[in-house]
Amino acid sequence: MINIEYYLIVSTIMMFAGVYGFFTRRNLLAILISVELILNSVDINFAVFNRFLFPGQLEGFFFAMFAIGVSAAETAVAIAIIINIYRNLRNIQVRNMNEMKG
Amino acid sequence: MEYTILILLLPLFSFVLLGLTGMKMKPAIAGMIGTVVLGAVLVLSYYTAFDYFSAGRDASGCYPTLMPYNPTWLPFTETLNISLGILLDPISVMMLIVISTVSFMVHIYSFGYMKGEKGFQRYYAFLSLFTMSMLGLVVATNIFQMYLFWELVGVSSYLLIGFYYTKKEAIAASKKAFIVTRFADLGFLIGILFYGYYAGTFSFTPQLQALATAGAIIPLSLGLMFIGGAGKSAMFPLHIWLPDAMEGPTPVSALIHAATMVVAGVYLVARMFPLFIGYAPEVLHWVAYIGAFTAFYAAAVACVQSDIKRVLAFSTISQIGFMMVALGVCTSSDPHDGGLGYMASMFHLFTHAMFKALLFLGAGCIIHAVHSNEMSTMGGLRKYMPITHITFLIACLAIAGIVPFSGFFSKDEILTACFGFSPVMGWVMSIIAAMTAFYMFRLYYGIFWGKENKELHAAHHPHEAPLSMTVPLIILAAVTCVAGFIPFGEFISSDGQAYAIHLDKQVAITSTCISVVSILFATFMYAREKQPVADKLASTFKGLHKAAYHRFYIDEIYQFVTHKIIFRCISTPIAWFDRHVIDQFMNFMAWSTNACSEEIRGLQSGNVQQYARVFLSGALLLLIILLLI
Repeated sequence: MINIEYYLIVSTIMMFAGVYGFFTRRNLLAILISVELILNSVDINFAVFNRFLFPGQLEGFFFAMFAIGVSAAETAVAIAIIINIYRNLRNIQVRNMNEMKG
Repeated sequence: MEYTILILLLPLFSFVLLGLTGMKMKPAIAGMIGTVVLGAVLVLSYYTAFDYFSAGRDASGCYPTLMPYNPTWLPFTETLNISLGILLDPISVMMLIVISTVSFMVHIYSFGYMKGEKGFQRYYAFLSLFTMSMLGLVVATNIFQMYLFWELVGVSSYLLIGFYYTKKEAIAASKKAFIVTRFADLGFLIGILFYGYYAGTFSFTPQLQALATAGAIIPLSLGLMFIGGAGKSAMFPLHIWLPDAMEGPTPVSALIHAATMVVAGVYLVARMFPLFIGYAPEVLHWVAYIGAFTAFYAAAVACVQSDIKRVLAFSTISQIGFMMVALGVCTSSDPHDGGLGYMASMFHLFTHAMFKALLFLGAGCIIHAVHSNEMSTMGGLRKYMPITHITFLIACLAIAGIVPFSGFFSKDEILTACFGFSPVMGWVMSIIAAMTAFYMFRLYYGIFWGKENKELHAAHHPHEAPLSMTVPLIILAAVTCVAGFIPFGEFISSDGQAYAIHLDKQVAITSTCISVVSILFATFMYAREKQPVADKLASTFKGLHKAAYHRFYIDEIYQFVTHKIIFRCISTPIAWFDRHVIDQFMNFMAWSTNACSEEIRGLQSGNVQQYARVFLSGALLLLIILLLI
């Protein structure tokens, strides 16, 4: 039997790895992958909390499924945006994306 | 009599049509539309009058007061509401006739006078607007509706005085007219509000018990309303706008500043007459004193002016003074005993509108012929313009009060009423009537006889005006000849009962004698080439002559009071406060907001990763705070 702490340590590491990647990567695709890492760490948390704390119920599992579906859709949208950015700017380096600067 | 609503709607329609699409039309078509619509209004007004007076009197012997339309527009309380409707009673029907007749004549006349002017269509649109508002004013069912249309005539007067909007004097005159009358209307509005608050209604016939509780407020509010009337009717000291208003086109002067709009004040007092008599007879007498002084002042100024339109303008002021006096000397509502003035005033209003419009239209023909307002450019014009000459002479005789022209009958009634009030008032008004005859014939001789300006006339041959201008003159002259024989008292009298006009022989003979003497005096002074007597008089009373020529410096006094006192002592400090305190405070607010944004704009780098970093550190900070507390 693996303790709940180990699952949570893994998900925390994933989460912060994702956050670190989000802050430091310069490529939009790498940033997107980092975001996926964060989302998946959350999914793990859902599954784990459901499994260990409320064994008789299924909400956590369903929520994890739901989040996976949403993240898939979100990835599709993000890729579409990235393609559009590429068409306009001819690259996807994040330092070029400062059009909204005040 | 529901068709009376068309009297208002038709000119409104033509105003909207000409105002919106007029510039795309040919000038002649636009003028035709305006004139045809006005012709329809004329027919309707005459038919209304026929219908109204032939319907007969009611059981009490008065013509009934009809309201074919009176929908409530703004209800405030049970009794206090603002309605918009049509009221028909003898004086409003009489005014319908006056306004539609003069307006129609002016519409026809303007074809000739305004031919080829830029903005011919606009001119006709404004004429329609004015006619609509003036008709609305006289048929108002309550004092508030009257006020609304009162302002509308003010606006259309402003627009028409400033018709030549590239001419500096015209712009100044239109502004002056609007501001002075608007200033007087402030009194009118306050009076209306007092009246509405204390009498509990805006209608002309309030509940008697409401008036009993109102007490001294009713005279006050009537006095305030009279200030508004004095502004519109150019009573001293609010008369200053009317002479300047002559900058407008001459037909406009005939319509607005001689026949219709300027008598609105008289009409207002006549409309409120039952209240004046019942509750504020002393205010009514003040009306008489102000009217008498104005009549005298204006007659004195008219004697020395050299611009023919100014002479006519001052003569208008003087004649309106006569009407005000006639109303003011009433002491009861019984025409046989002290109430004669009401009928006399309305009669004079009617006849004056016709012959003064005739005088102005005649002056328009003369100006058209010599291209100037100055009397020095005229003289001896009788050879060149016979029709204008004859009609002008008829009008002069009428205003001087010579039998059998209309002015004689109405002026005689006024003088009889004045003598009935007090002999002093009667003699004062008789003297003013003599002055009227004198200055009118000075004008007449100055234009048609006297010293001819030969060089100018040789260089620029004066010619009789076209048919479109002479026909209205002939029609109005015909009206002037016969209007005196209308049994006016049968239709209008202070208590509504039929009143048979009978000439007071003594007054009639005295006033005719005085007028004839003045005319002879004017003939002696001005009819010939050389005018030694006039020149001698002018040089003997040099100061007086100069003061009268400058209208006794009333305009200069106004200029001094407004510029030197009000502008300098009140407006300038207020302007300083506005500019340096209020504006500067607002500027400071804007500047500080701007400076703050300058400082913090660096935070918005456009870099999403930086935003996320800030967001995460904020979230962590909150988490730490929550964990520690």
